[in-house]
Amino acid sequence: MTELEIPVEKWSGAVRLVTLGATGDGGTRTSTVTVGGETTLPFLHFEGQIPNAPVVAAEVVDMHPADWSPALLEALGDDTRDPAAWARKMVGLGADLISLKLRSTHPDQGDRSAADAVATVKSVLAAVGVPLIVYGPGVVDKDNEVLVAVADATKGERLALATCEDKNYRTIVAAALGNGHLIVAQTPIDVNLAKQLNILISDMGLSLDRMLMDPTTGAVGYGVEYTYSVMERLRLAALMGDGMTQQPMICSVGEESWRQKESRVADGVPESWGEYATRAVVWEVTTATALLHAGADILVVRHPRSIAQVQRSIAALMKGV
Amino acid sequence: MALTGLQIYKLLPQTNCKECGFPTCLAFAMKLAQKGTELANCPYVSDEAKASLDAASAPPIRLVAIGAGERAFEVGNEVVLFRHEKTFYHQPGLVVRVKADDPKIVELTARMVSSYAVERVGMSLRLDGIAIEDSGGGAAAFAAAVAVARSAAPGLPLVLMSTDPAAVGAALDEAGADRPLVHAATAANWQAMAELAKKHSCPLAVRAESGDLTALADLAAQVQDAGVDDIVLDPGTSDPAGMLAAFTQLRRLALKKNYRPLGFPIIAFVGAGSAEEQAAMAAEAITKYAGVIVLDGFEPALIYALMTLRQNVYTDPQKPIQMEPKLYEVGAPTASSPLLITTNFSLTYFTVSGEIEASGVPVWLLVADADGMSVLTAWAAGKFDAEKIAKTVTASGLGGKLKHHKLVLPGYVAGLSGEVEEELAGWEILVGPREAVEIPNYLKSVWKAD
Ligand code: B12
Ligand code: SF4
Repeated sequence: MTELEIPVEKWSGAVRLVTLGATGDGGTRTSTVTVGGETTLPFLHFEGQIPNAPVVAAEVVDMHPADWSPALLEALGDDTRDPAAWARKMVGLGADLISLKLRSTHPDQGDRSAADAVATVKSVLAAVGVPLIVYGPGVVDKDNEVLVAVADATKGERLALATCEDKNYRTIVAAALGNGHLIVAQTPIDVNLAKQLNILISDMGLSLDRMLMDPTTGAVGYGVEYTYSVMERLRLAALMGDGMTQQPMICSVGEESWRQKESRVADGVPESWGEYATRAVVWEVTTATALLHAGADILVVRHPRSIAQVQRSIAALMKGV
Repeated sequence: MALTGLQIYKLLPQTNCKECGFPTCLAFAMKLAQKGTELANCPYVSDEAKASLDAASAPPIRLVAIGAGERAFEVGNEVVLFRHEKTFYHQPGLVVRVKADDPKIVELTARMVSSYAVERVGMSLRLDGIAIEDSGGGAAAFAAAVAVARSAAPGLPLVLMSTDPAAVGAALDEAGADRPLVHAATAANWQAMAELAKKHSCPLAVRAESGDLTALADLAAQVQDAGVDDIVLDPGTSDPAGMLAAFTQLRRLALKKNYRPLGFPIIAFVGAGSAEEQAAMAAEAITKYAGVIVLDGFEPALIYALMTLRQNVYTDPQKPIQMEPKLYEVGAPTASSPLLITTNFSLTYFTVSGEIEASGVPVWLLVADADGMSVLTAWAAGKFDAEKIAKTVTASGLGGKLKHHKLVLPGYVAGLSGEVEEELAGWEILVGPREAVEIPNYLKSVWKAD
């Protein structure tokens, strides 16, 4: 028998370690989550170290999302009317952390105040012990207003404030700096834009171990191939030692996947699309799995069955060989 | 892996006779390495040298055809580890497994697998085959099941799953002419299997245990020495981590080391778990190098998602799938039918036109040239702005054709409506819904010609 020589890459770089949540010094979490540290491509245990498994964040919204897919609303039940109860439920289902979207502060969705947002965040912090990622409504001015108030009111919690984009990163980065939080830097599917934004943010003095990057997600059938390749390229650059691409990556899998017709519509679609409830969950799982293999460190998902499956996959992939 | 000029030179006669038109053998070799001339131009090259040069120019992963006729599919011949480096060429065949023991179920499954098709971005996506698994009922029973599948689904490629040479032999007597993939030759049965595959000119899968690639390479080499050229590799891993490690190593060995014994496409089994468990395994197999993927049953909800992911991953990253920018008629629109505008990204076009069709309302769908980008991407890139929209409308000549002068914009670019109205004198600019799913309702209850 000829002994095979398996080609192994000698990478010089590593993904940065980032810890979400804090248990002391103002932090009230009962546990923290650390991602990053990989010195090889996803799950290639024969080649390098993967000290931290990717994690699953469950998405929670601060108002009942009546426009969400019926399959989701049915699976989540009444708890969607109270973000604290919803968050508790998702942690009970095994979510490693909670991604809280402050949707009701959007000017078209109720325009609730920053003070209301602070109260919501505090109620969720009180309800669960896991770390939080907090998303503003996604409108520049309101994001600034809401996220700054939240950051000030939760000093020391190491929340991840989302999202910082090229147009409005300054205010949010400053709020993170002043209160010991992290930020999520989001750029539209482009390696160079991702790098640039990381540079701009770190130039403001935020240390790199407080930054996650969101390279923007496309769902299966709706741009996943672009996301997939940009993430692969970012991860390869990180391993080759490019310091400005080494932030752990976070993907909004649930939001993208559940927006699509395949996940929303049960009737009047081709029979070959298959049974609705299964199709909708499989769409989210398939999107998540593809991105897991492209280098995702945090996957934000929505459906209880997806949480369970993505975690099963991660556990199996972490077993090594 | 291509040879260098110097390596080729060593294989030439080195007499510098100039008959090839080059001053020296070395000059000829250099040109050959750059693919600037043909080996045939040297009349004195030995057969031995020819063989090694041919071998060196063979693709690092052999292209293997499974099945015969129209529905046959080819896998292998990939050239990169990451799709952004060039593209992935031969998408993995998706096949559905069925046990041989119940002819009724074999027949039903074969029918469903064969007729399954789903339309996506203008393409009809189909399953590639059916894998019949020997359930130990003996050679005659296995062959009978294969016969049932063949007549229920003529032309559908087959995978014959059995390690019993007698059963495979009987099945090949039935279906050998269809070039089924035989799975599998193992350390215990490879001689008999190789003989059968050679006799029927069929592709043969070789299987090792739990990711032992050394054993796999030895087995592949033995089978090849026995005269089988079309080989498919099964490293025998059944868990996600083992599969990823083995498949990655196989792809690297082939592409980076040009390691011939393992330069073949790979077959993946996604297990018998729930739909979402199979989805996770299969998504891994699609992104990470499988050539054939065996699903455990016929589950359209799962199959549709996997075929879509497969289509995405195997799209050339350099060219989005795009439409010809022009005016399309959806249904049979008249002078008072609505006019909608969108971009020439195929996904966008088919999503929108599909919804319009579903609504039953005939529509003029004007497709602007936006370099094949989606609405928001094109808008962000400056390829779908007020000026472009106005020009597209003017160039279409619709102004003279339509009774009304109303143009519906995609909801996501609502912000453009004022500007478009300024650019397009005499037109009323309406804002449609954001998502295509809402188009039928919009056409039926919101849009009015007057
Ligand atoms: C894949 C993608 C890309 C791909 C391109 C794919 C392609 N061929 O278009 C790549 C990676 C190349 C890309 C590039 C860029 N992108 Co881009 N991209 C995406 C992504 C992930 C998906 C887009 C997609 O395919 N959608 C699916 C199609 C079907 O959607 P659609 O065309 O909009 O059609 C829908 C509706 O509009 C509606 N509809 C369509 N037509 C019509 C017509 C009528 C009448 C009606 C009523 C409805 C309707 O129906 C469809 C289904 O509901 C989105 C983010 C996301 N998750 O959505 C970002 C996104 C569109 N990109 C964005 C940006 C900024 C860019 C870049 C400018 C970044 C940069 N600076 O480089 C570049 C521009 C390209 C360039 N400069 O060359 C932004 C746009 C920001 C904004 N809000 O305007 C987005 C939203 C990401 C983000 N959140 O920041 N992108
Ligand atoms: S014809 Fe062949 S032997 Fe003669 S110079 Fe050319 S390469 Fe050399």
